[in-house]
Amino acid sequence: MDFTFDNNIPIYIQLLEYIKIYLISGVFKCGDKLPSVRDFANTFKVNPNTMQKALSELESMNLIYTERTNGKYVTNDKNLIKKLKDEYAVELAKSYFEGMKKIGLGKADSIKYLKEIDD
Amino acid sequence: MINMELLKIKKLSKSFDNKKILDDINLSISKGKIIGLLGKNGAGKTTLIKLINDLLTPDSGEILFKGKTIGVYSKEHISYLPERTYLDKSMKISEVINYFSEFYNDFNKERAYKLLENLDLDLNSRIIKMSKGMQEKLQLILVMSRDADLYVLDEPLSGVDPATRDYILDTILSNFKEGASVIISTHLISDIERILDEVVFVDKGKIVLASSADELRKKEKSSIDDIFRRMFKC
Repeated sequence: MDFTFDNNIPIYIQLLEYIKIYLISGVFKCGDKLPSVRDFANTFKVNPNTMQKALSELESMNLIYTERTNGKYVTNDKNLIKKLKDEYAVELAKSYFEGMKKIGLGKADSIKYLKEIDD
Repeated sequence: MINMELLKIKKLSKSFDNKKILDDINLSISKGKIIGLLGKNGAGKTTLIKLINDLLTPDSGEILFKGKTIGVYSKEHISYLPERTYLDKSMKISEVINYFSEFYNDFNKERAYKLLENLDLDLNSRIIKMSKGMQEKLQLILVMSRDADLYVLDEPLSGVDPATRDYILDTILSNFKEGASVIISTHLISDIERILDEVVFVDKGKIVLASSADELRKKEKSSIDDIFRRMFKC
């Protein structure tokens, strides 16, 4: 897979977002072992230092943890992942309503459009 | 405390025919970083790189590699990709591999073979028969197959197509020794900036800016390429 990065935004922040989505969507599940920093960096084709920085941030958010000498793992706290998912869903919903507001549609109308969309 | 400083450049100056090419350069490079040496053509990048590789003598100032003045010791641990190839083109690929492996103790033959295999290159073919792009890839493979402490790559991206550019960046990223540093000089910033830890802007023989790449993006809210263009508008 190809990952695109916007050069205007710090790369580690974009990596952070990619990995968060992986955690939310269950590509990596609670308790799963993560690839090594170097392998992970190769997957995204980024500098290992940048990957390390992104993983450190995730660790400080308690989303992943390091088992000494053994590598990094996804948190076992399912509620934490669920909370992250909720936050993301709210953000996506908000941005949808904001977009609709710009073209003069209120919440009720916006929801109507949502329902009309075929899957 | 462990000394993380790999390369230290102090008050370095160099002139050719009374023209100052490098003027009082001070730069410190620590272990485990990828550094972009960015500047327009003629800014002094190649001269600085040649000085780091002990191919030129400074007029004044000094360069220390792991605390020692550069020379035989630094050459054993710095892997250098020159702007122009120095390979004997009548050689076969297998001969070049043997040549490198005899010349450099840190040359990893297995890695070189593996990388060549990925390119479907016949080890018995002669360099002169290879396309320009393939020759550049071969040269990069030779340089990245060393377990060096510092890799110095002079314009590895110039004159290659976008697919080859991706190949070059991937090869650098997946092969530099863990904990080693990489200096990449280029004027093609947008292609390379995502892999850089630090950027050093060189202009008219001086270092005008040295910063962490992500810090600079955060501060200026724009890409390194844009910042560079704004600073050096013609």
